[in-house]
Amino acid sequence: MSSRLINWFKFSSPPAFYDLAGRMVPWFTVIAVVLIGVGLYMSFFVAPTDYKQGEGYRIIFVHVPAAWMSMFIYVIMALWSGIGLVFNTRLSAMMAQALAPTGAMFTFLALWTGAFWGKPMWGAWWVWDARLTSELILLFLYIGFIALQGAIDDKRRADRAGAILALVGVVNIPIIYYSVKWWNTLHQGASVSISKGSSMGEVMLITMLIMALGFWAYSIAVALMRVRSIILERDRDTTWVSQLPEMQVR
Amino acid sequence: MFDAFLAVMVRDLVLAMRRKTDVFSTLFFFVIVVSLFPLGIGPEMNTLRLIAPGVVWVAALLASMLALERLFAADYDDGTLEQMLLAPQPLFILVLGKVAAHWLATGLPLVLMAPLLGLQYDLSADALRILLYSLLLGTPALSLIGAIGAALTIGLRGGGVLVSLLVLPLCIPILIFGAGAVEANVSGLGEQGHIFMLGALLVLSLLLAPLATAAALRVSAE
Repeated sequence: MSSRLINWFKFSSPPAFYDLAGRMVPWFTVIAVVLIGVGLYMSFFVAPTDYKQGEGYRIIFVHVPAAWMSMFIYVIMALWSGIGLVFNTRLSAMMAQALAPTGAMFTFLALWTGAFWGKPMWGAWWVWDARLTSELILLFLYIGFIALQGAIDDKRRADRAGAILALVGVVNIPIIYYSVKWWNTLHQGASVSISKGSSMGEVMLITMLIMALGFWAYSIAVALMRVRSIILERDRDTTWVSQLPEMQVR
Repeated sequence: MFDAFLAVMVRDLVLAMRRKTDVFSTLFFFVIVVSLFPLGIGPEMNTLRLIAPGVVWVAALLASMLALERLFAADYDDGTLEQMLLAPQPLFILVLGKVAAHWLATGLPLVLMAPLLGLQYDLSADALRILLYSLLLGTPALSLIGAIGAALTIGLRGGGVLVSLLVLPLCIPILIFGAGAVEANVSGLGEQGHIFMLGALLVLSLLLAPLATAAALRVSAE
């Protein structure tokens, strides 16, 4: 039984993946548009008004999924980086590079919506809460990754240096999170807590999950589109790129 | 293997002693940054006492970033680094030797100077002692983590700024526990927990950071 149904390594070659990604992008785009559309409708019109926070709480439906994605994308990025270092595949590093801007965007979105939410609820745009602070540090980590890759001209070195940085970052994230948490409790006592846990209504939870899935589909679609551009940019001197139908139009 | 560690360390220390300005510029950067804060904030002693741990620690962090750029640059330029990569001894040990020398030349002077600067901020003798301990445990960890960034950015344009961008976020836990130890002592909470955490961070970075640095060196010098 040595036969595999699909040879996964086939798609680690940029030409094969370029084609596959091209076919997957429309699907994920449609899924993202539908899910985010439904999610936004539900969050504005279906989800009930919160008895304590009024209408202002509705920003949670963007804020929390964005924060989830920001953390999750970093882990995926580190995963691709690890695969790239172990198997020495070019495509893995390209995926990590393609994910970084999306992750940074979601981190920024989470911080920004957090500020908008914090102003009416706590009366301040920014508090040095443990979660806010670690989210900010996560943004710094993303920016460091992007800056390092941008500063290195040699693509192979950029890939591998970025991979090492992503792996170092992912080891550090739990340490940073807990140190910030302890720092925060020591300084402020229990001032503001964002945690709600199970107190959330069912409709709200479903809406949030739909939004999260929509953000997932969006991230996949955008990352695939970006990785296609990266493949084209790096392989622009190869024959297979020059033979692509989209390259024939002049 | 220990011989290799010693050889690399002694060599780097000798080199550092031949170029004393590098050592002193880092030290005086630290002194100047710490002395600037009262000028910006005002000479109110109660405020200064409150911010002293944070100021000294942030200044130490910045000063150690400043020195990082030179950690591998000269060796990369004259080809010594390639010889180190080819050496039969594990790169881990050689990196450790280089980082140890780097800390002795740039980190230790900061640690020794810090109590003097703490006096400017009217810290008590007890708090000064804790400041010394926390820096003694924290600055080697800063050098170890910083070495990863230095190795990743060898020979890049704008290397210095880039190193800070990469390394500063990773140093935040050390800053938190380092400044926290002194603060906890000043406020009477007891500094032990923070000091233990700093020790733990130092041990962890001693184990993992040279591995990452070695990997980064191989990538950069390829």
